[in-house]
Amino acid sequence: MSFFQDHILTLILFSPVISASIVLLLPREQERTIRWAAFLLSLIPFGLSIFMWLAYVPGQAGFQFIEQATWYEAINSSYHLGVDGISVPMVLLTTLLTPLSILIAWSIKENIRSFMVLFLLLETGMLGVFMSLDLLLFFVFWEIGLIPMYFLINQWGSANRNYASFKFLIYTMAGSLGLLLAIQMIGVASGTFDLVSITQSWSTLTGPMTLLGLPITLSIASVKTIAFWAFVIAFAIKVPVWPFHTWLPDAHTEAPTAGSMILAGVLLKLGAYGFLRLVLPLYPAEAKEFAGVLALLATLAIVMGAFASWGQNDFKRLVAYSSVNHMGFVVLGIAAAAYAQGTMHAQDAVIALNGAVLQMFNHGLSAAGMFLLVGVIYERAHTRDLEQLGGLFPLAPIYGGILIFTGMASLGLPGLNGFISEFMVVRGVWPIFTLFTAISMLGLLITGAYILKGIAKVLHGPLNEKWLGHNLEINQREVLAMAPLMLLMLVIGVWPAWILNVINLTVLRLFG
Amino acid sequence: MAFPVLSIIIFTPIVFGVALLFFPADRHRAIRITALTGATIALGLSLWAYFSYDQAVGGYQLVERYPWIPRLGVYFHVGVDGMNLPLVLLTGVVIFTGVLVSWGIDDRPREFFAFLFILATGVFGVFVALDLFHLFFFYEIAVFPMYLLISIWGWKVTREYAAMKLTLYLFIGSVIALVGGLAMYYASGATSFGLLDLESAGFSVAFQRFWFPFVFFGFAVLGGIFPVHNWSPDGHVAAPTAVSMFHAGVLMKLGAFASLRVGIMLLPEGAKFWAPLVLVLATVNVVYGAFIASVQSDFKYVIGFSSVSHMGLVLLGFATLNKDGLTGAGIQMFSHGVMTALFFAVVGMVYDRAHTRDIPKLGGFIKVIPLAGIAFIVGGLVSMGMPGLSGFIAEFPIFMGLWQAQPILAIIAAISIVITAGYIMRVIGRVFFGEMPEEFVGHISKLKLQDKIALVILTSILIIVGVYPGIMAPLVQSGAQTVLSLLGGA
Repeated sequence: MSFFQDHILTLILFSPVISASIVLLLPREQERTIRWAAFLLSLIPFGLSIFMWLAYVPGQAGFQFIEQATWYEAINSSYHLGVDGISVPMVLLTTLLTPLSILIAWSIKENIRSFMVLFLLLETGMLGVFMSLDLLLFFVFWEIGLIPMYFLINQWGSANRNYASFKFLIYTMAGSLGLLLAIQMIGVASGTFDLVSITQSWSTLTGPMTLLGLPITLSIASVKTIAFWAFVIAFAIKVPVWPFHTWLPDAHTEAPTAGSMILAGVLLKLGAYGFLRLVLPLYPAEAKEFAGVLALLATLAIVMGAFASWGQNDFKRLVAYSSVNHMGFVVLGIAAAAYAQGTMHAQDAVIALNGAVLQMFNHGLSAAGMFLLVGVIYERAHTRDLEQLGGLFPLAPIYGGILIFTGMASLGLPGLNGFISEFMVVRGVWPIFTLFTAISMLGLLITGAYILKGIAKVLHGPLNEKWLGHNLEINQREVLAMAPLMLLMLVIGVWPAWILNVINLTVLRLFG
Repeated sequence: MAFPVLSIIIFTPIVFGVALLFFPADRHRAIRITALTGATIALGLSLWAYFSYDQAVGGYQLVERYPWIPRLGVYFHVGVDGMNLPLVLLTGVVIFTGVLVSWGIDDRPREFFAFLFILATGVFGVFVALDLFHLFFFYEIAVFPMYLLISIWGWKVTREYAAMKLTLYLFIGSVIALVGGLAMYYASGATSFGLLDLESAGFSVAFQRFWFPFVFFGFAVLGGIFPVHNWSPDGHVAAPTAVSMFHAGVLMKLGAFASLRVGIMLLPEGAKFWAPLVLVLATVNVVYGAFIASVQSDFKYVIGFSSVSHMGLVLLGFATLNKDGLTGAGIQMFSHGVMTALFFAVVGMVYDRAHTRDIPKLGGFIKVIPLAGIAFIVGGLVSMGMPGLSGFIAEFPIFMGLWQAQPILAIIAAISIVITAGYIMRVIGRVFFGEMPEEFVGHISKLKLQDKIALVILTSILIIVGVYPGIMAPLVQSGAQTVLSLLGGA
């Protein structure tokens, strides 16, 4: 038992790789076996992370389930894993969304085996980011996730996939280039990549910069500022914060449904997680100094994202832009926390940050759900053009009900999950950035408008005659994939304490 | 007396090569099998040497020293340390996989394998040399067969031009280096060519600064340093597949390694003085090579210029003159060697089937030769420095070293990573994905078993070093430490 518990993170992290190798060995023609194998095997990390969730002790300080082993000794980087209350929900989210997405990917016709293999590898990449306590390892997993995603879009995407996948790759690679350089700089300056020890030494590092004894012309302050911006830009691209978001609508829209689910559900969270895990702890002073800028960008993301979404006539693009809008609240919460850390508003900052982390989880649920539902209609109608759809409620009543439910969760209807987290963010940020909060809340109005627009254009209004006789109803498999998401939306909406408790105690320790 | 493993590694190829010449020319099968046997022995012994090296003891091991021309102080003197041992293994791997992918050569395979093996002997001889004369001797052995291999078996359009260009460049380079070498020999009292003796000869600072460029740049021509790199893409493209693999995979390392071994290690003061220039030139290599690669439409030229870019990283690592940079450069030599051998193997497989290397005319190859596609993708990710693969393990310390030496150049050189990602993805997309042109459909044959084995070996190495750097990094670091102690550092 203790071996199991001591290595639970490694088990979660690498079980998808092992599953991928098993799937790879199955004969190509046996599509049915491949689907079932991929799905069932992807339940293993989910089961393990539920176990981890239960075994996690929220009240205990520091990281838990720590594992450390030598990896790249020559440059003092080690295989160092651990989780706290911010990463535990993210791990759970990732391992939950992966099997659901695989279930949705069952309808893929072409080369299903490669798809499943890439998908499972992607899962390892994402999980690794959430678990790494070593900067180099963090970067390794950060980049590993990129490649499977590129191929998922490039090979299984829709019409404009070449453009979208290339844009996705170049944007994120350019972003991570800065991250890479900054990590190298930190590694050189502090002689280690271990996050725990860097967090202790780096933020207090002052005086003239010496790199392993060699004097360098940059002062420590400017080094930190440069590294700070390199981190911020890399993460801002991933989140994405306005104006770095332009890769997102293309990538989301062109990706296959399962890819969009993971992209919106988990990949965007990597950026926000980077802010929480690296930017705030490593650069408290710089973060505080530039928090206003970040809050402004977040507000713009919320407002512009909502307007952009409202303006779309492509159902999938509409949902894609909604991610910009919703992730804006996460960044707003983070910016507020950066600004108010250690001041009289620290209490509000903690609330905002709790909201931000919960919003990450919630957006993961609702964005994955929305993309799933867009995929369902697209697969049957072969169009995402809202003008072509309309009046489909009578044809697909169950689908309609689910779409309305998920849409409501997404727009923040009280009683469902989105309300809780957005309310917490707004409540926490209000005393810190009053103006931005007020503007963001107006942005929420537009959120309501675009969600209702989407629902109305698909379900209500005059029926487009050409759909008569088509079966547009959602099938059992898809309902099965939706069910856990809807259940969680409702549970968190009514009784958020079970998850907030985990988040809050860590946030309090780190930023209280 | 211990088992003379290094001598056997050096002479196995040439013995097999000469033996091959006595075969009847039409016994292709026997010739191939004999060649493969020789390559297997070389690979097996290199592996044995690699894993028998005792890091706890360090220094030069498996040393052998026999008088050769005692009157001049010339010895047959060989030994391995952390810097050259991975390169010996690399040579073993490339010769083995090179023989496998050349299985289908029908035009005078006897002479082809014989020359390739003579070349291999030269390369092994340089890598393990502990004597300057010995080093030059084998260096010339390595360069000359290249001329024949390219001009006889190369691509008909440019082979004579490319072979001539390559040979002239390399001979001029080596003559310049030889002049520097002789200067050192006389300055040290004309008693010994031993590298270890020359290391401790105590050359004056002015002497070192004057002669360093001769030696370093003379050898760096073969390493592909800007602006004398342009023999290399032409040479790569004109050469037959196995020769391109050997050429880019191993021969360019020979140049880089010799400029380290003779230039930096014997003339450390000169190295310190000239390092800024080398840094700048190597940065040009890295960035300019990547740009030029990205505008090529010939599949093989893309890879040829990518080698220029990646060899720039090796030279950058050397010129940082610090532990991280040297360690990274050592790993990069190995990683790039395997990667580029893989690239050229795949290019050859595509070319053999399509008879064109024009990227816009290709497409959809992954459906017919999936393993080649996957191998190329892995190689491509290595060249982008993707974490989890050996390229990252190599480039990361180089950049760390660069931060300590010249931070601005680190930022400039890093641009190449994005450019590389761009052109590699473009090539992968055009050649392996997309629609296969009508003319190829149904005409593309599957890979042979030999091809598959070669690809699997090369790909696995890239992954193993990437996931488990402990298999190579500490070893190379110990070698870097030796260099560093000569430089007067820690």
